[in-house]
Amino acid sequence: MFLAKVYVTLKPTVNDPQGLTIKGALHTLGFGAVHEVRAGKYLEIKVEGNDVQKASSQVQDMCMKLLANPVIEKFRFELEEIKPA
Amino acid sequence: MKFGIVVFPGTWSDRDCYYSISNILGQKAAYIWHKDTDLSGFDCIVLPGGFSYGDYLRTGAIARFSPVMEAVADYSQKGRPVIGICNGFQVLCEAHLLPGVLRQNDHLQYRCQWTYLKTINTSTLFTSKCKQDRVLKIPISHYEGRYYADDDTLKELEDTSRVVFRYATPEGQVTGEANPNGSLNSIAGIINKQGNVLGMMPHPERSCEDILGSTDGNLIWESIIASI
Amino acid sequence: MPVSKEQLEEIALSRKEYNLIVQKMGREPTEVELGLFGSLWSEHCGYKHSKALLKLFPNKGKYVLVKPGEENAGVIDIGDGQVVGFKMESHNHPSYIEPYQGAATGVGGIVRDIFTMGLRPIALMNSLRFGPLSQPHNRYLFGGVVGGIGGYGNCLGIADVGGEIYFDDCYTGNPLVNAFCLGTGKAGELVKGRASGEGNLIMLVGSDTGRDGLHGASGLASRTFEEVRELRSAVQVGNPFMEKLLIEACLELAKTDWIVGMQDCGAAGLTSATVEAADKGGSGLDIDVQKVPRREKGMTAYEVMLSESQERMIVIVKKGYEGKVRALFDHWELHSDIIGTVTSDRMVTIRDGGQVVAHAPVETLNTPPVYRFRPKRPAWLDDLQSLNLSKIKDIPSRQAGKILLKLLATPNICSKHKVYRQYDHQVGDNSVVLPGSDAAVIRIQETPKAISMVCDGNGRYCYVNPFLGGVIAVAEAARNTACSGARPMAITNCLNFGNPDKNDVYYQLQECIKGMSQACKKLKTPVISGNVSLYNETRGVAIFPTPVVGMVGLIKNVEHHCTSAFKNSGDIVFLLGNPGDDAGLGSSEYLELIHSKVEGSQQIDLETEKQVQDCVIKAIERGLLNSAHDCSDGGLAVALAESCIQGGIGFSGNLNAKGRLDTALFGESQSRIIVSVSPGAARRLESLAFRFNVPVTRLGIVGGRQFSLKGHIDLPVSELHQAWWNGL
Repeated sequence: MFLAKVYVTLKPTVNDPQGLTIKGALHTLGFGAVHEVRAGKYLEIKVEGNDVQKASSQVQDMCMKLLANPVIEKFRFELEEIKPA
Repeated sequence: MKFGIVVFPGTWSDRDCYYSISNILGQKAAYIWHKDTDLSGFDCIVLPGGFSYGDYLRTGAIARFSPVMEAVADYSQKGRPVIGICNGFQVLCEAHLLPGVLRQNDHLQYRCQWTYLKTINTSTLFTSKCKQDRVLKIPISHYEGRYYADDDTLKELEDTSRVVFRYATPEGQVTGEANPNGSLNSIAGIINKQGNVLGMMPHPERSCEDILGSTDGNLIWESIIASI
Repeated sequence: MPVSKEQLEEIALSRKEYNLIVQKMGREPTEVELGLFGSLWSEHCGYKHSKALLKLFPNKGKYVLVKPGEENAGVIDIGDGQVVGFKMESHNHPSYIEPYQGAATGVGGIVRDIFTMGLRPIALMNSLRFGPLSQPHNRYLFGGVVGGIGGYGNCLGIADVGGEIYFDDCYTGNPLVNAFCLGTGKAGELVKGRASGEGNLIMLVGSDTGRDGLHGASGLASRTFEEVRELRSAVQVGNPFMEKLLIEACLELAKTDWIVGMQDCGAAGLTSATVEAADKGGSGLDIDVQKVPRREKGMTAYEVMLSESQERMIVIVKKGYEGKVRALFDHWELHSDIIGTVTSDRMVTIRDGGQVVAHAPVETLNTPPVYRFRPKRPAWLDDLQSLNLSKIKDIPSRQAGKILLKLLATPNICSKHKVYRQYDHQVGDNSVVLPGSDAAVIRIQETPKAISMVCDGNGRYCYVNPFLGGVIAVAEAARNTACSGARPMAITNCLNFGNPDKNDVYYQLQECIKGMSQACKKLKTPVISGNVSLYNETRGVAIFPTPVVGMVGLIKNVEHHCTSAFKNSGDIVFLLGNPGDDAGLGSSEYLELIHSKVEGSQQIDLETEKQVQDCVIKAIERGLLNSAHDCSDGGLAVALAESCIQGGIGFSGNLNAKGRLDTALFGESQSRIIVSVSPGAARRLESLAFRFNVPVTRLGIVGGRQFSLKGHIDLPVSELHQAWWNGL
C-alpha cells in the first residue's frame, strides 16, 4: 500500500484571486512580510499494491484525468509506502 | 428604532435588509462599513448575507477580523440584539459569537429555493411573534449552509432550546427531504447562550412582501422591533 | 519590418488587411501597432463580417434612448425618468476551453458592460447550448458552465432569473454560452464610455495586469474550435469579489461630476477600452505601459496592451479630481493608477517608459474593413424544408400518454430546476416571477412597474429555415413576454453562427438577420444591443445557426402580471390563436425525439402573432387571466401538462382532432397561447378575443389530480411531474 500526497496548484501565470485576497488579509493582520500567497488543494490517496512504479503512474494518471485541471492547474505528488495495520 | 447594517467588502444582502427594514417595516436603518467601530445609536446590528471577501479561504474567515467585529462582540456582550443572516451567520460562527460551523451543502452545490421553517423556540427576542404551529416560508441561497457542531455542543444547543429554526415541509414536518443542505438536526438557525445573538441561513429580508411570495420574514423583524 | 505569415496568423489578420494598414499608415506598423490592429480589426471587436448585415436591424423606437454601438449597452426609457439598459454577449470559445472560468468571465464581462454606464445590474439570464448529456464530455462542459455562471453571479449579488438550455448533437464540442445582463438607473445619470478633454487623466482600476487572455479577441473569437485547443494561454480566471467592489465603487463614482467617462476592459483589454473611448470622445491619448501595475514580471508593452486580465476598468478623470477619485477607490479597497492622459491630436501614443512603441491615428485603428460576402442558398435546404408526412406514421391514441411522458422528460423540455437552483434568483428583493415560467418578472422598487425578460432561440428552426427561424426567435420571445403581461419593448441578441467565409453560413446569417428584422419591425421591438459569435465550427461542421433573442417588456402595474401555472379548480382553459396544422410538426421536438427527423419548415403569420399577443396582454391588464402559457416546444399537450405541473392541479378536456393526432397533441404551430380564466370571466375573454380578431377554442377545465384529454391521455399529474422533474 502507498500513500500519495497530491498537491494541486494554479499554474504560475494563472490569476489566483483567492491567494491575492488571503495575502491582503494577512497584511491587514500585520503579517507585512508576506510576499505572495498561492492557494491550492491537497489530497491524500491510499493506493493498493506494492509496485512503486505502478502506483506512481496510476497517481500521475489520476492527476491528469481528474484531480488537476490541466488547462489552469499543475500538480505534484509524493509517494510513501505504508504498512497495513 | 434604528438598525445598523454591517457592510463587508463583498456583502450584498445589505441593500435588501435596508429596503425591507426602512420601506416595509418603516424603521430607521443605516449602513456600517466594516472598518467603523462605533455602534452607539443602534438598537440592533444586522450582519447580512453575501460573499464577504469572496468567501475565499473559508466563508466568514477573513471578515471576522474586520475592525467592526470587535465592536460587535462588545455590543453583544452587553446583551443587545445581533442577527446574522446567511454569510452573517457564517461570520458569527467564525468569530465564535455562535458555536459550530457552516460546511458545504451535502450535495456540493449552491442552492437557492424557498424553504419552510418550523420555529422551535418562540420565546426569543427574535421569534416572539412566531408560533410553533405556523410554518415560515423563507428562502435560502447558499453554498455553505450545512450546520455542523460536535456532539457535546449539539446536545447543549438542543437541551437549552437554542435551536431556533429547523427546516421542515410546508406542513411543518421536520424530515430529511425537507432539509436542503444536510444540516445536523435540520438546523436552520441558532441562538447564543444569552439569547441575544441569532444566526440563520434563510433570508428573512427576502420575504417581507406578498408580491415577492411571502411576508413571513416580517415576523422576525417585528419580534425584534417589539423587543426594543 | 516585413511581417511573417506566422505573425499575421497569430493575430488573425490577412495579408490584404496588413497591406491596407501599411497603406493607411504610410509605413510598416510596429509590433505593438500590429497588435492593436489585430485586436481592433478582429470580428469580435470590429464586426467586419457582420457589420453590413447588422445595419438591417431596426434600432429606433419610442422607448430607445441609447442605440446599438453608441455605448456598451443599449438603453430604453421606461418613463418617470427611469431607464433600463441591457445586453447579451457570447463566451462560447472560452467556455469550451475551460468551462467554469469561461462562463464565469462571460458573466463578469456582461455585468461590466452594464455598470460601466452607471446602471445598477439587477438581473442576469443565460442561454446555453450543449451536446447531448449522454456523452461525458458534454456533461463536463455543462457542469462547468453552470458552476461558473453560479460561482461568479452569486458572488455579485445579482439575481439570475432565467434563461434557456438546449441540447443537440451539433453543439457537441461547440457549446454556446450567451449571458444577458440588465441594469436600471436614472436618465440623467448615464455615464458615457468616452475620453475627451485634453489633459484629463486616464486611470486604470481593479486587478493587476497579467499575461492571461492574450489574443482573446483576435485569437479565440476568430478561430474555429479545433484551433482554439492550442491557444490555452488565453484562459482567464475571474475574480467576482473584485468585480463586486468595482460595481459599488463605479456606481458611487457615476453619481459624482469628477469624471468624463468610464469604459471596461473587455475583449482586447486596454487596447479596445482606450481606443474606443478616444474614438467616441473625438480625442487622442497618450499612455505609458510602465505605469500599468502587473501581476507578472517581464511583460512587454505588447502584452500589457493586449492582456485580457479580468476585472479592470478605465476611468477618464477630470484633471484636478484625481485625488478624490483615488480616495473613493481606496475606500473600496481597490487599486487605481493613472496610466496616461487624453490628448487632442486624435492619435494613440503608447510609451514604454521613454520609448514610443506605437503612434497611430485613432480613426484608422477603429475603422476595420467591412466585408460583404456572396450569400448562396444551400441546395440541401429544399430537401430539409419539405415535410413528407406520408412517411411518418401518426401515433395511435393509446401511445399518446407514453409519448407525452417522454417529451416531458426530454432535456430540452424538462424542468431546469437543477440548474437554476444553483443561481441566486431572489437577491435584490425584486423577483416576482422566478425561473420556470414563460418569462421572468422583476419589479422596479418604489414604483408600480415591473420588467419582464426572456431569452429565446431555436437553432433547429433556423437550420431548416433561416429566415422563418429568425422571425420565430423574435416572435416567440415576444409571445413569452406577452404571457407575463408585459408589452415587449426592445431586444438584444447573440448571433451564433459558423464560419462566415463559407457561402452557406453567410446565407444563414443574412437570412436569420432579415427574418429577425422583419419580426422586430412588426412587433415594434427595436434591437438596442447585441453581439456576434462566428466560427462556431468543429471539424468543418458548423453548429445550427443559432440567433438568441433577449427580450425586455414593461408591465405598468406589477399586480397585473401572469404566470404559466394553472391556479384554481373550476377555471376554464382556452386556446387563443389558430388550432394549428401539420406544418406545426416541422422541425418539432416531437419529430426529432420520436422519429429522429429534423425537417420541415414551421410557418408563421406575423399579423396573427401580433393580434394574439395584443389580446393576451390586454386580457392580463384587465385582470381576466389566471394563467397564460406559450404553446411551443412539444406543442399543446406539453403546454397543458406544464401548466398543470406548475400549478400542482389537474385538467380535463377534449381534443377536437380531425386530422393527425400527433399534429393536434405535439405540433408546434406558432402564435398559440393557452390561458385559464375563472368561469365568470370567460364571456369577457371571448368578446375581447373577438375584438382582436383572435380565434378562441375552449379546451377544458382545471381541477382534480388527473391530466386528461378525453379518449387519448389520462395520467395523474404526479406522474407527469415526476417525468418532467427528473429529466436532467
